[in-house]
This record gives sequence, structure tokens and C-alpha cells, in this order.
Amino acid sequence: MSSNDMSTNQTSSRAHVDKSKHLIGYPKFIWRSLVLATDGSLLFYAWMTLLTALALVGLNAWAHQVATGMSLTGMSDHVSWGLYIANFTFMVGLAAGGVMMVIPAYLYDDEQMHDVVIIGELLAIASIVMSVAFVVADMGRPDRLLHMMPVIGRFNWPISMLTWDMLVLNGYLIINLHICGYLLYKKFLGEKPDKRWYIPFVFLSIVWAISIHTVTAFLYSGLGGRPFWNSAILAPRFLVSAFVAGPAFIILSLQLIRRFSDFEFGSSPIRTLTSVLRVTVLINLFLYGAELFTEFYTGGSHTAAAEYLFFGLHGHTGLVAWTWSAIALNVTAALMLLHPASRSNWTVLNVACVLTFVGVWIEKGMGLVVPGFIPSTMHEIVEYSPSLVEWKVTIGIWALGLLVYTVALKIAIPIFSEKVTIRDGQLEKVD
Amino acid sequence: MSMSHISQEEPTKGGVSRRTVLKGVGATLGAAAFAKAIAPMTALTKETSVDEFLQKHYKELDPEAMQKVLRRLESETAEQYGAEVQIEDVRPMDGVKYGYALNLSVCIGCRKCAEACHVENNHDRSTNNSYIRVYEMEQGSIDFEKGSVDYDHEVPADGKYYMPVQCQQCDNPPCVKVCPVEATWKEKDGIVVVDYNWCIGCRYCEAACPYHARRFNWKKPEVPAEEINPVQAYLSNRIRPKGTMEKCTYCLHRTRKGKNPACLDACPTGARVFGNMLDPNSEIRYVLENKRIFVLKQDLGTVPSFFYFFDN
Repeated sequence: MSSNDMSTNQTSSRAHVDKSKHLIGYPKFIWRSLVLATDGSLLFYAWMTLLTALALVGLNAWAHQVATGMSLTGMSDHVSWGLYIANFTFMVGLAAGGVMMVIPAYLYDDEQMHDVVIIGELLAIASIVMSVAFVVADMGRPDRLLHMMPVIGRFNWPISMLTWDMLVLNGYLIINLHICGYLLYKKFLGEKPDKRWYIPFVFLSIVWAISIHTVTAFLYSGLGGRPFWNSAILAPRFLVSAFVAGPAFIILSLQLIRRFSDFEFGSSPIRTLTSVLRVTVLINLFLYGAELFTEFYTGGSHTAAAEYLFFGLHGHTGLVAWTWSAIALNVTAALMLLHPASRSNWTVLNVACVLTFVGVWIEKGMGLVVPGFIPSTMHEIVEYSPSLVEWKVTIGIWALGLLVYTVALKIAIPIFSEKVTIRDGQLEKVD
Repeated sequence: MSMSHISQEEPTKGGVSRRTVLKGVGATLGAAAFAKAIAPMTALTKETSVDEFLQKHYKELDPEAMQKVLRRLESETAEQYGAEVQIEDVRPMDGVKYGYALNLSVCIGCRKCAEACHVENNHDRSTNNSYIRVYEMEQGSIDFEKGSVDYDHEVPADGKYYMPVQCQQCDNPPCVKVCPVEATWKEKDGIVVVDYNWCIGCRYCEAACPYHARRFNWKKPEVPAEEINPVQAYLSNRIRPKGTMEKCTYCLHRTRKGKNPACLDACPTGARVFGNMLDPNSEIRYVLENKRIFVLKQDLGTVPSFFYFFDN
């Protein structure tokens, strides 16, 4: 509810930057932003140091994995994707979930959502960075990444869904970088953003958000040999669970930002996101139920993966505890969100968000990727559990994503709340 | 936003604030930690040459470039495995489409084929890898759920029959469809091959294959020098690099020169029939025309070139 009005008059302290200077001005703005973003309280430094340390531990584990081989992971020829691809899938969802702020802000002209929408767009950026990092972590030969580049390498487009995925993910990253970068740059120049330069991209990003998670679902659902994934409901399920995880994470982010920064906004964005979450949690459970009915009522050998997931198969019960915890978490969160207390009591809302976030993470990760491989296509049961290296790399990538998100917020918030401005072509704090 | 005991504008020598100095120290420490973290990577640079990094896709190598690559691979094998090998680029023949049929009435489940494959194709010794898995099946069922691969008793057992499964060399191969970099493709004689120097190791093909026919090199293959089969081809049994996918190639280094696949030669019961399906006088044609054959998972529409039949 601050005076974040785009049409602020230029104050005398702001030097006007003429158009031809943007080529120099924009990189300079980015650099100065980064410098300013490394200023903060002791708590902030502690947070950043912790994340850096975790990211480096992950990097080191990955370096060992590249040097020795993927044998350092818990994966095998039977379960050839694991924790990395599970997290990749979840992260694409988180990136798409950011759109749940963009839609109210731009499609419904929700003024107060408009003030904080950048928080969702920056989350999309950080999530895509993590998604791509998880794909690279999963590659047997990351040194051959160039083979995937169109023109330079051989790009199996449009047949391979993985090429589509790379295109839409990178496209989404570029769109969001452009929107955020443009709005912040204009804001700090004290100029009114030109609608032509961002509104079309915002609407494109809404459609694009749907596409990234649809394509990611198609990666799985297009495989006839894996009955557990070979389901038309997968893409809708992916999207709905994205619209659970995204808003849940953003609500928690907003609460933390309110607490730890001087960015002022009302409770309206959180209320809007809670309304979204209240519905999507239920739709997510409904689609899950529809999937399970089809699996179990039909029976036969196609049900084997679902059976393994929920009840164990021939004495193998590796995922049973995970699965039921995910269901418990999601159902509990749904009930909490339906309760009026979630509207009046922040703690109830926050706890519900944490529960459902973790619930979706299990369900979209271990609960989706791993059972696709168990039993194998020839009905052999080889179980999977992630190795220490996999956990380290995974935590490292999460830390990297949170680093990116923190720095992005640190840059964006002061500019948005007009605490940082331009003076003589330099970014400066206004204290 | 300012820290309690460090004020922002407290200049030290040279007019630099203490905060800037601390940031510099932090950045230096961070960079040092980063260098330490990626140190294990140096092992990789010993293994991967610049030539390999810049190598083009198989289909883009002209004969001269191919020869260079083959010589390089030979010297790398000598260097890393201590074995003198000859690696050729064996191309498909015109007017040939390979088919493979397996007589389930005759197979006794001895796994000699899997063993021969292991030796012929220079598989990793530590994992006892092979392109063939033999399933012990229950009489009266072709459901693999009732089958088992890890049977460990005298064969053939009562009430059981045996079903060896390897790459089916599908005409509509899901693995080829999903590969993001075209590192795997179907050759004109029907064999699905992998360019081991192009594969990025994403394992999407392994997820897509309905027959569990693909194998990934989770680590560098271990083969003692004296056990290495020196007769090798670029697209088949040369020792595969770490982090890439591999599969049965119907022993193209043998079959494209008119010989049988190693698994067929090893079979003690004569259960295996291999040949050119386009040749009306071939044994495989006789089987296809006169036996009641079936393919695995026909409903998936993969159109295998590998057939099964019962005699009786």
C-alpha cells in the first residue's frame, strides 16, 4: 500500500538518462544493483553465507559426480531418473506457479497485487535457474551440453519433448528477465514504463507459464511403455499442483519480506493468493483421486506402480511412507485452508502453506518420477533411494535458487519502494 | 539496514569503508572456496581431449574425419586400457533388413547368449553387464510380472519356459523419438545405434524403452586388457565412454560382414534364428512365413524386428 505509483514525477535529484545511453546505462544499473544488493544486516550476511556454503558443498558433490560418474548416485538402469529429475519437475511447477500473481495483477487489474507482482516474477526466474541446474546435474555428460544447442548441435525438434522443454524453459526465463529488468530500470530512472514494452510480454508470460508445465508433463505422459505416466490427466495435474506450490511459496515469501524488509504492502495480495490456494488444493486432491480410481478399479499389471506407491509390491515398500505422508500433508493443509481461521490467523495460514508445499514436493517428486520406474518395463522391482551425493547436490541447487531469489528481491524491493534511485548516473540509496 | 558496529561511512586508510574491505575479504574467501569445490573436475580434463570435445556428430563426419576419429579412439583405448584394438566404421549393406527370431520351445535358459554378449561387446566386468536378460517364465503365461531374471537353479526347470529379451530394433522406436540430440537413430538395415561420442547422458531413451534394452555407463567400464575383444566398430562394441547410453546392435561389426551375432553362435540349442528379412531364401524368412510368431508388447505399436515363436 505504499505510494508505488508508476507515474511518480521526476524529482530534481534524478538525472535524466537519454535513450542512446541505455546501452551503457542498463549494464551499469545492473552492476550497481548487485553492489547494493550485497549490503545488509548481520542476519542477511549470515543467511547469504549459509546459502553460499550449502551451494558450494553441492558444487563439490557434483564435481565428484562428474569426475567419478553417475555411479555415485542411487540411480540404476532400472530407476534411471531420481531425485534430480523429481526436483526439476517440481521446480518447473514452482516457476509456473508464479503466474498466479500475474493473472490477478494484470488480467483482473488488482492494484495491490500489482505492487508485489514482481515477487512472483522473480520467483519464476529463480525457479527456472534451479530447473536448468537440476537437468545439468542429471546429465551423464554435462561437457556435451552444446550438443543440445539449436544450430550448433543437433536439436531433435519437434519430435523430442525434451527439446520443447528446453525451449519453453529458456523462453520463460528470458521473458521474465525482460519484464523484471525493464520495470525496475524504468522505476529507477523515475520514468513511466511504456506499456508497449511490457504488457504484451506479461500476457505472453501467462500463456507461457501454462506451456512450461504442460510440456514437462508431456515428457512423461508421452511414454507408452510406462503406464503410470501414460495418462492424459498428467498435464492438468501438473498445472494444478503448480498452482498449489507456487502460491504457497509466495505467501510464505510475502510474510518473510514483510517481516525482514521495509517493503510495505497490505494483506490483500496474501488474501488473494489464499483464495487461489484454497481452491487449487482441493482440485489437486480431486484429480489425484480420479487418477487413483482409474488405476485401482481397473486393476491388472498396469496398476503395479500405483500399488507399489501406496501399499508396496511383493514386500517392497520404499515409497509407501512417503506417499501417505504426502497425502496426509495435502489433506491437512486443505482442511486448514477451508477453516475460517486461515483467514484470520497468520500462523494457521503459514503452517498450511508449509504443509502443502512439502506435500506437493513429495507427490510431484518421489511420488511421480520414481514409481514410473517401479516395477520396470519388464516388471522387475529394483528400489531406489537417493545417495548422499544426490542429497548434497539437491540441497546445493536449492541454496543456489534461494541465493538468486534473495539477491533479486534485494535489488527489486528498494527500487520498487523508491529507496534507491539514480543520481548522476549512479544508483544510490535514499536514506 | 546498517550493521550495529560497522557504520557505512567510516573510512579506513585510502578512503575505503570498512564494509567494502570486508566485502572484498568475503569475495576472496568465496572464490577460493569455489575453486576448491570444483577441484575434482581436473580429473576429467585428463580423460577428455579437446578433439573429443569438438568432435562432430557421426552423420557429419566425412571419411577422412572419421579415420582421424577412429585412430584417436584406438590410441585412447591403448592408453587407458593397455590393449591394441582395431576400430572400424562398419556401414549397413544395401537390400538388407535384419530380423531375429527366437524359438521358445528350444531355449533352456542357460544364459550362454548373455555371457557371449558380455564378452563380445567389451562390457564392464564389474557389473557383469550384458544386452540380454533372460526371463524365467511360468508355463501358461506371458506376463513378465510372473517372470524372474534372477533364477539360480538348474535349468530348464519344470513348469517353466525361458524368454531372452534384448533390443527389439523397433521400426517405430520410442528411444529414437525422445533423444533430444539425435544421438540415437535407426540405420537402413533396421539396427538402432548410438553415437557414444554424441550422447549427453540424459537417459530419456532408457525411460522410453518398453523392453529395458538400454544400458547406461554409470562409471568408466572396467575390462582387463587381455579380455578385450580387439575387433571393434564405432557404432557397436568399442569400449563405451562413461556417462553415455549403450545397447544391443545385433553385433553390427559381425553381422554387416555376413557373420552371425555372438549370441546366436553361443546358443547351444539352436533357439536363435537371424538373417536378412528381404532375402526370400533366408532362414529368418522361412520362420516368419511358416511359424506362428509373435512380438512383445505389440499393443504399444513399436513394431519390433525381433520375433518369438513356439515350435509345438
